[in-house]
Amino acid sequence: MKVEQISVFLENRAGRLAEVTKILAQGGINIRALSLADTSDFGILRLIVTEVEKAKDLLKAGGFTVGRTNVVAVEVADRPGGLHSILEILGAGGVNVEYMYAFVTQSGQNAVLIFRFDRTDQAIEILQAAGVRILSGPELYAL
Amino acid sequence: MLYDVPQETLPRDELEALQLRRLRQLVDKVYYNVPFYRKKFDERGVRPEHIRTLADVQLLPFTEKQDLRNNYPFGLFAVPRDNVVRVHASSGTTGKATVVGYTARDVANWADLMARSFVCAGGSRRDIVHNAYGYGLFTGGLGMHYGVERLGATIIPISGGGTRRQVMLLRDFGATVLCSTPSYALYLYETIIESGIDVTDLKLHTGIFGAEPWSEKMRAEIESKLRIKALDIYGLSEIMGPGVAMECREAQDGLHLWEDHFLMEIIDPKTGEVLPEGATGELVLTTLTKEAQPLLRYRTRDITRINAIPCKCGRTHRRITRIQGRSDDMLIIRGVNVFPQQIEAILLETQGITPHYELILRREGSLDTLEVKVEVDEQLFSDEIKHLQRIESTIQKNIKEFLGVTAKVTLSEPRSIQRSEGKAKRIIDLRHS
Ligand SMILES: [Zn+2]
Repeated sequence: MKVEQISVFLENRAGRLAEVTKILAQGGINIRALSLADTSDFGILRLIVTEVEKAKDLLKAGGFTVGRTNVVAVEVADRPGGLHSILEILGAGGVNVEYMYAFVTQSGQNAVLIFRFDRTDQAIEILQAAGVRILSGPELYAL
Repeated sequence: MLYDVPQETLPRDELEALQLRRLRQLVDKVYYNVPFYRKKFDERGVRPEHIRTLADVQLLPFTEKQDLRNNYPFGLFAVPRDNVVRVHASSGTTGKATVVGYTARDVANWADLMARSFVCAGGSRRDIVHNAYGYGLFTGGLGMHYGVERLGATIIPISGGGTRRQVMLLRDFGATVLCSTPSYALYLYETIIESGIDVTDLKLHTGIFGAEPWSEKMRAEIESKLRIKALDIYGLSEIMGPGVAMECREAQDGLHLWEDHFLMEIIDPKTGEVLPEGATGELVLTTLTKEAQPLLRYRTRDITRINAIPCKCGRTHRRITRIQGRSDDMLIIRGVNVFPQQIEAILLETQGITPHYELILRREGSLDTLEVKVEVDEQLFSDEIKHLQRIESTIQKNIKEFLGVTAKVTLSEPRSIQRSEGKAKRIIDLRHS
């Protein structure tokens, strides 16, 4: 139930993010979700894309340092309190969220939350036990 | 094992008394036989009788590589040319070659010191030695050669080049000791693999490597690939050739410098001031027994530090640490001497790998600033900000702690800096632009 995310190291220089999106667009790769975390001198771009392997190869060939991580995609109703209930479940289970980001599906009905946990397997168990809907890779790309 | 037990384990006070006796003879000799030195003494108002203690060596002038060039070819000989039995020379990439002469006794002493070094590395007369140092004007090949013969081991004078053939002979002759530059050892390994030879079919147990800078990382690589113990040897042709200092197999932690034949000092390369024992600086050597071409306080340009802690091997000769770089590379940052290799060592220690890096020096107002740019490769990278920030702060803290300099550490994307062996331009000094 894990989804692969790729992360890219970026210096804080103008045009670096655009360079990444350009490489992916030219390779015909769709970006399903994207989040940029940054500090004063560098940033980490996290991406959910349709073709992980190909995206990674293209970016590496373009001179970027690329990593792969397992994350968990959770679907919640796009209404007030949706995120809060998930965080409560995780908090009660003693799982730490390293970071998260969200996007809204095209239908606009649901939101998808991407989580990076310290203990991914345990987090999945807790969420499943609480009846939370976890998306697989193919499900996520098909949204 | 020791080759020359009495000399190698001489108590410190006796060793120093011997050094002083030899230094005084040397000073007399060069004053009366080498016009170059006599002139320098007279300019400084120094007379041979002023040398009463070992510390008085500081009264003596330095000798630089340029002095050898200026007196090209035989101007620094202290004996009649008839007494010189051999000449070596280093190819100067710029300007004239530096020439060194040897008397019969110089050649014999060298063979003895080389035999001593060979045994220090764990060699014995039962060994078969594959000597891939170049033979010729360069001191490496012949220096090792006569030392091994002196000991009575079997020498294979293979010299450099013809690597495929070397690999075949290495296997067929069952060589047990390899002598070469460390980079050639790795090249040999690749050729061994390409030739379809299994490393376990070789009889090698030891490698003696020198003549170029190398690192602990490279040592680990050579040891695991060739399944040998790799030991560091130091020498320079101006002083003698290989065998000036040798790492012992027992400790594998620094090189015993043969103090009965050489007097060592560590100086600040900028001021020429002698630094206290244990400080890092430029190695300066005085030849105590050389006859043909003795040198006073020769500036080696090699950066190291003296380790005076008694060694578990029992030798009383103090050790120098692995050569950390060349004094020409030294940076002065807010009055602190910093060598790029020290920063490299910190990066290696902090991260367990040697990332590519760049040092950028700037002047802000009247203050120098140092920025260490470290390339983030896949080994270093993490998808979490806090991990990368921790790397930055750990490196910064270690640089402050070990070098006493405050540096700004910046993580950067892989870029295409030139990556040939150690020649990458890693320093960008913007202070005077
Ligand atoms: Zn030792």
